[in-house]
Amino acid sequence: MTAVLDPQTSHLTHDRATLTETSGIPFGRLVRVELRKMVDTRAGRWMLIVMAAISAIIVGAMVIWGTVDETTFGVFVSLTSFPLMVLLPIVGIMAATAEWSQRTGLVTFTLEPRRARVFTAKIIAGVVLGLLVVAASFAAAAIGHLLATVVRDAPGDWSMPWQVVLGFVVGMTIFILSGLGFGFAILNTPVAIVASILLPTIWSIVGAFPRLETAATWLDLNRTIEPLMSGSMSGADWAHLGTASLVWIGLPMVIGGWRVLTREVK
Amino acid sequence: MITVTNLTKRYGSFTAVGDISFDVAPGSVVGFLGPNGAGKSTAMRMMTGLTPPTSGRSTILGREYKDLPNPARHVGVMLDAAAQHPGRTGREVLHLIGKTIGAPKARVEQSLELVGLTPDESKRRVRNYSLGMRQRLGLAGALMGDPQVLILDEPANGLDPQGIHWMRQLLRAYADQGGTVLLSSHLLHEVQIIADELVMIGRGKIVAQGRKEELLGAQGTRVASLDNERLAGALRAAALEVTGDRSGLHVQATPEQVGRIALSAEVVLTELHTTGSEGLEQLFLSLTAADSRDSAAA
Repeated sequence: MTAVLDPQTSHLTHDRATLTETSGIPFGRLVRVELRKMVDTRAGRWMLIVMAAISAIIVGAMVIWGTVDETTFGVFVSLTSFPLMVLLPIVGIMAATAEWSQRTGLVTFTLEPRRARVFTAKIIAGVVLGLLVVAASFAAAAIGHLLATVVRDAPGDWSMPWQVVLGFVVGMTIFILSGLGFGFAILNTPVAIVASILLPTIWSIVGAFPRLETAATWLDLNRTIEPLMSGSMSGADWAHLGTASLVWIGLPMVIGGWRVLTREVK
Repeated sequence: MITVTNLTKRYGSFTAVGDISFDVAPGSVVGFLGPNGAGKSTAMRMMTGLTPPTSGRSTILGREYKDLPNPARHVGVMLDAAAQHPGRTGREVLHLIGKTIGAPKARVEQSLELVGLTPDESKRRVRNYSLGMRQRLGLAGALMGDPQVLILDEPANGLDPQGIHWMRQLLRAYADQGGTVLLSSHLLHEVQIIADELVMIGRGKIVAQGRKEELLGAQGTRVASLDNERLAGALRAAALEVTGDRSGLHVQATPEQVGRIALSAEVVLTELHTTGSEGLEQLFLSLTAADSRDSAAA
């Protein structure tokens, strides 16, 4: 009666792969689908638009009002990184929580019942998106600096130590991973966003007390990530950052992984 | 082919689904019927690997759901049409499904056409969809992988009468070509026009199951005449069980038996048929009354 039940197209009237002939879903495809899911919703798209807009405004303001010797490539890069530090975790949170907050998990986890694969695909997709955003921010910074040299006649200063580039990339990855971790552990978009902003902030304030100074140097993610972003990492700094990452990423990821794999999908 | 064997789910001391067993054979539509909260959705979530059963098992095409390599290629599942991301377009929802399971690109258009969503509608965001449109989209998603088995939770919910008629034809044609369909509903009328077999469930337990005709056939005959009182007397005299009111009688007998008695009692009949929907409705109500939430009111 309808097109699909017509012999030409009907699934039931032409040969189909039998159960033993069907292969599983390739992992790369899951990653691509998860990546697409992060940007194909209205919220996801606006998130990227807002990030781009804020970067553009900052770059524009710097080109117009910045003092000429401030408009180096390095300064532009560090300026465009500020909004990313705030917004990338939220991108991660939305990616991690959507299946549960919007209940799309009912579809996702029936398409791929091996949830660990979806979980891993989401993490990889999150990191890929983060790196793409970082690349875009570098591009924005380059355009800004170029404009400054042309419009303001600023001296061209493209110097950018590799440590800073590395720190930038690793740092942004850490931010998006912490967002994913919070998202997986809490599985509720608004609560996870509030928690991811509030908890580190509270910890930063608490860590300012002299008696907690030592703990903070090991466990405050914002503090331990500073030398990374400025490209001045020492051996002890790496240890601090590693410890803080373990607490702010590793712990939520373990809790989140357990929840995603075992929780009933409703 | 769906096989459910002693499937049970307990939450603490509460038994959501208690030891249910049934089969759905290829070429048939089985209606999974029960009041709200009877355990239909929990049972379906267990069949599709979303909820781990406390005990028992269910297989589709001989395997547990989680052991199907690419499940959507064999089983189309729609568990809740409302569970769609509101910020995605309908087309995008199908596109994601197609990409995940590796369906050909043209399948998106095919599925949209099949469920009667226009290209314009498919470009709107799900936020702006009516429940009926979401049901159609959910069904399109279930059909994306060209499955031979369909598991649909409340697929007719929110559809208008024309939509229900459409779905009935679609699922009927699908089963007639060898497909296997399990669908749930809390509304008897929806199910009885579509299903070949019924599994009735109340408070997690199966209260009746069998072919629709058998369940219906046990329900006797409805009769109305110009003199119901005299007819009722004659029927009772023949030791038949009679209930009814002024509008008509309900008799535990075949229409033939009733007709013969009316003939000998010389009563003019105005209506005579096996009880259809109202009979099954009564069965449904009586079987589930003790289990339903409204038992006190009823």
